[in-house]
Amino acid sequence: MMRKPFVTIAVVAFAMLPASTFASLGGNVGTVEADRVQMKAAQLRIVRTSAYSFHELQSPTGVTVREYYGTDGTVFGVAWQGPWPPDMRQLLGSYFEQFQRANDARRTATARRARGVLVVNDGGLVVQISGHARSFSGFAYAPGLLPQGVQPTVIR
Amino acid sequence: MLAAQVASSKCGSSSSSSSTSTASTNVLQVVVNGGPTNNALNQLFATVTICVPGTSNCQTISGILVDTGSVGLRVLSSVLTQQLQLPQQTGAGGAPVVECLPFVDGFTWGPVQTADVKIAGETASNIPIQVIGVDKFPTIPTSCSSQGTSEETLTDLNANGILGLGLFPDDCGLGCTLTGSTNPGLYYSCPTPASCLVTTEAEASQVQNPVSHFAIDNNGVVIQLPSVPSGGAASVAGTLTFGIGTQSNNALGSAKVFTLDGSFNFGTTFNGVAYPSSFIDSGSNGVFFLDSATTGLPNCSLSTGFYCPTTLTSLSATQRGLNGTSNVVAFNAGNVDRVNATFSALAEATGSNPGGFDWGLPFFYGRTVFTAIYGRSTPGGTGPFWAY
Repeated sequence: MMRKPFVTIAVVAFAMLPASTFASLGGNVGTVEADRVQMKAAQLRIVRTSAYSFHELQSPTGVTVREYYGTDGTVFGVAWQGPWPPDMRQLLGSYFEQFQRANDARRTATARRARGVLVVNDGGLVVQISGHARSFSGFAYAPGLLPQGVQPTVIR
Repeated sequence: MLAAQVASSKCGSSSSSSSTSTASTNVLQVVVNGGPTNNALNQLFATVTICVPGTSNCQTISGILVDTGSVGLRVLSSVLTQQLQLPQQTGAGGAPVVECLPFVDGFTWGPVQTADVKIAGETASNIPIQVIGVDKFPTIPTSCSSQGTSEETLTDLNANGILGLGLFPDDCGLGCTLTGSTNPGLYYSCPTPASCLVTTEAEASQVQNPVSHFAIDNNGVVIQLPSVPSGGAASVAGTLTFGIGTQSNNALGSAKVFTLDGSFNFGTTFNGVAYPSSFIDSGSNGVFFLDSATTGLPNCSLSTGFYCPTTLTSLSATQRGLNGTSNVVAFNAGNVDRVNATFSALAEATGSNPGGFDWGLPFFYGRTVFTAIYGRSTPGGTGPFWAY
């Protein structure tokens, strides 16, 4: 797929407001600001393409988070990298419980289980986490929310 | 299910309390086998002795996962005997300190206690360890549970504990010593079991890499495992040697040193594409790389997270350190669903990890792999690095 060039806007802002706890994945781009406030994060930049955009935030603990949303403002994917995991409850929002249930199901499965990477592919939710001490990375998306023509591989 | 504990009558190793064993004091025999759950795949297990500090009140525990991808000794509280009452670490106002340590698969929650840790002939005296479990501190704070799911049972861990011998001397570093939002929130002060709040934790009080506290042989570890034939093996035996270039048995020799970037990773190039998020980790039970679409390897239907090509597939990738050291690595991908159910070692276990390479335990088969601790000097340079 041929991508149009990115339009990059550099924005830096710090929050001093009280935290709120809105959903992110599946939520509206307006909640990205709520995440930023909750995480006390700095917004590093916004990247726009014709089909989707992402905000890039960095938390005070050094975790970089990207939140991907379509032209209608719906957040269809999130990705992160840093020395620690992000607040998954904050990032996955209403999908967090599905994530927990899928994790629990993984543990009781009798077949050989992959250890050291976490893979959840639960129909409406895909999560992948990798890493080692002080070096975590991962992404999550809702396949049903992917905008037309957007590949999940953009979520990194 | 009662977890296996006693190691003293294992075939092939002597373990009397006062005589010198035939093995060198910095070498531990380790094994890839089914482990305490009898179903582990590519998990390397060690036996560790934990004592109440300064006493001979000790317990020897087998089935501890050897994990170069994490830092610190963690043991399931369900495995510890009643008589091993380890001192509880306390913080401000004498409140117990309890830790929430993140892993890729979830987190471990449980109190920080101190112990003398004895492995082979080495001793780490009076070091903080984590006792995993919710028995004493049943209320996991939301800020901890927001990371994923709690790994608190034998089924969760697939081991009696984790021996984290990774790249750092302690499990948090500077971040946990800070107040405010820059503190990643690993350590909690729990004046009552239901009222845990994030606290600052000096580095010396954090859960320690036991190796960093050995009197000598304290700059890293060496893991040596034999090759595993294709098709797998029921079990394999190898060695975990303490120290890098500190004794005649742990010299780097011809091993090449790979230094790391700011995320403690190095790079792997595969089919002409460079993937900077690459690392070596004995606690991962496969070589996890990229995805089915990119590799052409189909996902398994049973063994979730692994690849299941119909025939054994030969692959090649180039690892490259920040220092420019590079090496071509030949590896195989095989069908994990079809491996013999009684086998616990499989070199051709691969699986998905979009965007990077996690060189797990199969990478160690047929190699001698060195893991050097941050800030510790070795003949190959100051850690952190991997070498092989």
